[in-house]
Amino acid sequence: MIPAAFDYEVAESVEHALGLLAADPDAKVLAGGHSLVPALKLRIARPSKLVDIGRLSDLAYVRDAGSQVAIGALTRHVDVQGDPLLQEHCPIVSMTAGKVGDPQVRHRGTIGGSVAHGDPASDLPSVMRALDAEFVIVGAGGERTVGAGDFFTGVFQTAVGHGELLTEIRVPKLGDTTGWSYLKYHRRAQDWATVGVAAIVHRDNGTATSASVSLTNMGGTPLRASAVEAAIAAGSSPAEAAVHAADDTEPSTDTAASAEFRRHLARVLTERALTQARA
Amino acid sequence: MHPVTMTVNEVRHELELEPRDLLVHVLREQLSLTGTNVGCDTSSCGACTVLLDGQSVKSCTLLGVQADGATITTIEGLATGGELHPVQQAFHDHHALQCGYCTPGMVMAAVSLIGNREAGDRDSIRAGLEGNLCRCTGYHNIVEAIAEVAGSTS
Ligand SMILES: Cc1cc2nc3c(=O)[nH]c(=O)nc-3n(C[C@H](O)[C@H](O)[C@H](O)COP(=O)(O)OP(=O)(O)OC[C@H]3O[C@@H](n4cnc5c(N)ncnc54)[C@H](O)[C@@H]3O)c2cc1C
Ligand code: FES
Ligand code: FES
Repeated sequence: MIPAAFDYEVAESVEHALGLLAADPDAKVLAGGHSLVPALKLRIARPSKLVDIGRLSDLAYVRDAGSQVAIGALTRHVDVQGDPLLQEHCPIVSMTAGKVGDPQVRHRGTIGGSVAHGDPASDLPSVMRALDAEFVIVGAGGERTVGAGDFFTGVFQTAVGHGELLTEIRVPKLGDTTGWSYLKYHRRAQDWATVGVAAIVHRDNGTATSASVSLTNMGGTPLRASAVEAAIAAGSSPAEAAVHAADDTEPSTDTAASAEFRRHLARVLTERALTQARA
Repeated sequence: MHPVTMTVNEVRHELELEPRDLLVHVLREQLSLTGTNVGCDTSSCGACTVLLDGQSVKSCTLLGVQADGATITTIEGLATGGELHPVQQAFHDHHALQCGYCTPGMVMAAVSLIGNREAGDRDSIRAGLEGNLCRCTGYHNIVEAIAEVAGSTS
């Protein structure tokens, strides 16, 4: 499969990239290309131009930012997976990056591309939703920071508008009394999540006192399982709370699973994730 | 057309590429390095795996222009002075191939895994090959071949 023809330009800086995007309403950003190149080959995407930000090495970093860890948008999955700062302070992010695709995909794909793509089956967006991560977006009008609750706006849609770039993702440092788990069900080893569940649990002596739970692929965006969170806050056990995991969700039926199977998976994985995170 | 320079198997090439040319087609059709196969053409099977700056990548999922300035190794670049690379020799010794279609990609993925010290035991090798599909040999002998070269402990 060969993509339709397009122009190509290498961005030398963030400002240069913004200028190139502003000059062409049909231009698209290319980062690692591991969602975009398959779409170009299928001709689902037919941009007039690709603005390649893949060489902006100043956007590839993981830094200590006080109560948060800041991750540059161009940090590749393999570098997120192996980063000592994330492994220490927010291991759910590094561990989940290691569950994305396969080694070849992780050598090229970036965390920024993964969240900016807005694929409901992707793993990291759901983890970001559970963590209430923050996203730094720059455009002609300057810089703004958007919370995860407002970032994922629909299927393949995010708060990153045309002509804008996502530059950084900030995740909270999790303290000693916070447990976490990300579990995903998939049929083939390298695949996206049929359903995934991210759980962040605040615990006191083996009891969960509050939890943030986000569901992957149970709707068009990562969804917070608010009924589960309310049940945990009211003192329910993981098993009792997980009964509500699929409440108010409208998962799709596709070749990987029926909607009914997805609801079942959401309940089973939520119970397991809460139990693991509480331990 | 875009000027692109890449070093492939230690030979420097100055090319003029269309931005849409995929790396695998550049290697196969412009450089006549047909050892790298296209299997699925949908990023799933790993038959097209090559090393880009030492790391395994699927060359059907990269544009040639993305490899500007890169150092690339394909299956043709592994043997030196008429001697097979240890991973190639181990695949031979362990009967780790039948039709051979997946083999160039398997070998390149294995070289990357061993180089990254991610082949310490057989479970890690199996996990590390999740992006490479073999439809006829099965994985057992492939894992044995890699374990021998990596000196895997279990
Ligand atoms: C075989 C295979 C298996 C995979 N398995 C999984 C999996 O199990 N789980 C999973 O979550 N993902 C999976 N993926 C997707 C993978 O994580 C991609 O790397 C990721 O989705 C896209 O990142 P990228 O850097 O390659 O982005 P690209 O493909 O370059 O870009 C994706 C989209 O985001 C936009 N974009 C990228 N970066 C920015 C930015 N900084 N600012 C604004 N817009 C931007 C682009 O314009 C494009 O629309 C898989 C991919 C493949 C090929
Ligand atoms: S041909 Fe590239 S992954 Fe199958
Ligand atoms: S040897 Fe035939 S597909 Fe692997």
